[in-house]
Amino acid sequence: MTAIKINVNGKELSVEVSPDMPLLWVLRDTLSLTGTKFGCGMAQCGACTVHINGEAIRSCVTPVSSVAGKKIVTIEGLSSDHSHPLQKAWIQVNVSQCGYCQSGQIMQAAALLRQKPKPTDSDIDTAMRGNICRCGTYQRIRQAIKQAAEVKQ
Amino acid sequence: MNRVEVINRRAFLGSMFSASALVLVARVLPVEAMVSGDVDKAAWHPSVYLGVETDGTVIIMAHRSEMGTGIRSVLPTIAAEELDADWKRVKVEQAIGDAKYGSQNTDGSCSIRDFYDAMREAGASARLMLERAAAAKWGVPVSECKAQNHQVVHKSSKRQLGYGELAAPAAQQPAPKREELSFKSSAEYRYIGKDMPIVDREDLCSGKGIFGIDAQIEGMVYAAIERSPVLGGKLKSFDDQEARKVPGVERTVVIEGFKPPHGFKPLGGVAVIASNTWAAMQGRERLKVEWEPGANASYDSTSYKQQLIETVRKPQRAVRNVGDVDAEFAKGGKTHEAEYYVPHLAHAPMEPPAAVAHVRDGKALIYAATQNPQAVQDTVAAALGIDKKNVECHVTLLGGGFGRKSKPDYVAEAALLSKSVGKPVKVTWTREDDIRFDYYHTVSAMYMKAALDEKGRPTAWLQRCAFPSMMTTFNAATASASGGELGMGWTNVPFDIPNQRAENGPAQHHVRIGWLRSVANIQHAFAIHSFVDELAHLAKRDRVEYLLDLVGQPRKVDVAARGRLAEKYPLETGRLRNVIEMAAAASGWAKRKPAKGRALGVAAHYSFLTYVATVVEVEVDATGKIRIPRVDVALDAGRVINPDRVKAQFEGAAVFGASLALMGEITAAGGEIEQSNFHDYRVARINEAPIETRVHIVQSDAPPAGVGEPGVPPIPPAICNAIFAATGKRIRELPLRKHKLV
Ligand code: FES
Ligand code: FES
Repeated sequence: MTAIKINVNGKELSVEVSPDMPLLWVLRDTLSLTGTKFGCGMAQCGACTVHINGEAIRSCVTPVSSVAGKKIVTIEGLSSDHSHPLQKAWIQVNVSQCGYCQSGQIMQAAALLRQKPKPTDSDIDTAMRGNICRCGTYQRIRQAIKQAAEVKQ
Repeated sequence: MNRVEVINRRAFLGSMFSASALVLVARVLPVEAMVSGDVDKAAWHPSVYLGVETDGTVIIMAHRSEMGTGIRSVLPTIAAEELDADWKRVKVEQAIGDAKYGSQNTDGSCSIRDFYDAMREAGASARLMLERAAAAKWGVPVSECKAQNHQVVHKSSKRQLGYGELAAPAAQQPAPKREELSFKSSAEYRYIGKDMPIVDREDLCSGKGIFGIDAQIEGMVYAAIERSPVLGGKLKSFDDQEARKVPGVERTVVIEGFKPPHGFKPLGGVAVIASNTWAAMQGRERLKVEWEPGANASYDSTSYKQQLIETVRKPQRAVRNVGDVDAEFAKGGKTHEAEYYVPHLAHAPMEPPAAVAHVRDGKALIYAATQNPQAVQDTVAAALGIDKKNVECHVTLLGGGFGRKSKPDYVAEAALLSKSVGKPVKVTWTREDDIRFDYYHTVSAMYMKAALDEKGRPTAWLQRCAFPSMMTTFNAATASASGGELGMGWTNVPFDIPNQRAENGPAQHHVRIGWLRSVANIQHAFAIHSFVDELAHLAKRDRVEYLLDLVGQPRKVDVAARGRLAEKYPLETGRLRNVIEMAAAASGWAKRKPAKGRALGVAAHYSFLTYVATVVEVEVDATGKIRIPRVDVALDAGRVINPDRVKAQFEGAAVFGASLALMGEITAAGGEIEQSNFHDYRVARINEAPIETRVHIVQSDAPPAGVGEPGVPPIPPAICNAIFAATGKRIRELPLRKHKLV
């Protein structure tokens, strides 16, 4: 094990973990940032989505060594008080059921809006299809994204 | 029928509330206890705990588990309503597992149904006590004192006292008698029937909600467990040399296999203990384990399916009989028959099973995502050989449950491992564990036969099913379906047909069978409502009109074995007709004729005491790809407490039903489950799920019924019926993914 320097939510940190450990487990077990969730461990469900230099990635298949020195943002860093436009929309639309997938959904949607501030339905399908919600909140996820993007429903 | 009793229980609670608080508890007494005069001897099992603190904070215990329905918020709003509390000053506390809360098994869509009255009575009792305390202080008749929005007001003198100021004197009084209570009229409701936000709403979109997988205890280690791929397989040998070389791995521990019945016991296996989850998983991959697979290695889904179908082709045990089906068939008129098949399904909640346990000094401290913390107490106590009183189970948020997290085998694993290693242990199931070691939805075959008159209406109706029972969990010898399973849409078919027989054939289990959201209704509704659609088509009649004809005139259906629910919740066909008509109207059924590649399908099913009718619009493109642009659901669940959360449940149920209809399938070969993760056990994604589900709720003052599950059963048959209308392909076997539609 070596010390790996990472930047999480604006903080420079050094973690002593094996370099192949996926970022997900560093966040959850080493740093106690449990907002990022485990759902599949093989880039199938999106529950573990975080931003690396502004792009949505699956932290369950991203070795921590590969993100050294890059800017990592987790749901905890998206805003400190759920004030991101997407979080506000999520609250207004009452999107969450169990809520387990929603960190990943919101992080994925935030990356989408950065690229496409006014997404179409098919943009939303393409960007969000990697994020499973077993409770079935997709309809409200779509609605909340559109609301945050201020596009016509 | 149940009766509610409310008493002042301040002394009893000690630490939960402060010493001067007004604390009420309410228990729901089954009428049997009252009739037998056993009330006083019955254990005191109050379910509702409500306290008014001297600072005015109202504390309401949530004794049910939150897995996405909103229940831990919605039940307290009922008590807050009758107390006329200011919701901003209500604190919801999650109860630990304890028999003193009565049943905490959050299962069967019954939390509102079972505790609505108790919540109301506790709230109304507290309100009256606060009013009485104010009246005594002011020396005025209590009739002149009115509680409103967290204070009691004396109108003529304009005096007012806050609930906090009144809590201590109110606590000195006995609880009022039931006859003394008054309840708000529906018109006065501020919370009931309104879209109250859930208490966890902000936490759930900021990563702050704590689920079982997130729980931590200081000094905790992490476990990953290798289990026998075949149910009941025995550990022959293992080699952990390579596993122990993984940095962070501390040791391995063997968990003993179970003796049948498997119940909620751990499956047994070899656990790798490490300083983090990843190291534990890596160590586990390097284990070399040999298993003696045992008898269930013969389980093969292809041949088992054939066996089930053979079973339903032959006469079986009658479980409901009306008129004389055989005599009618013997007349030799026109008949129609069909066979249906539904495979095993997995729950696949987004949060896999996970728990943290710390066992020391003969006591277990548990944090778990569980639907049933008292089952955790029982299971952990049995595994450790300690008294259940020494098992303290804290209920975290659940990242979905769907029935899986009623079975606390994973919690017992954590407890056993903690005992072995002498440290707190977190057990996290991988998705592969979750898919391969589930308590699966059963696998079923159904045979249907009808004799038809000249209008194509059945004069005789025979239905036969066979599937391994979930009761095999508790009795390994169980070889036929239980009354509870058959009561889910099989023995209570509400059709107006003079001759009807329902039968059930034997089936053995070779994997763990559990209950999954809406349970046996899934296969029963699929067969029955597909068959109705087939008959409507044969009769060349409109499918909604035909369905209404089968349901018949408004009446109460007399079905056996409904027990004490029958009085409070009669099965009324008028309500079923109403939702069918509502769903048809809302979907524009009459105006929208089927076109090639695009059509509507309908199904209506009564379950968990709720009447549901669903119209699904399906599009099938030239490549056979299915999209579901719209679902219209009409439901009558009696009084609805939180319409927004009810809509969410039915929106979610449409996705859950679409998942199982389109792609859900678990199969076994050589006794081993062939699927392992979301790539081969597929669930609907945003681009596959119904795009828009419109939920239409019947306004009703009838007693509240279930909403978590009953949205699921009509979805698969409605989808398949729409596909038939759009393509002419009749689907009798799920999932749809296996069929070529064009
Ligand atoms: S946990 Fe990373 S995609 Fe599922
Ligand atoms: S809200 Fe439960 S999995 Fe998405």
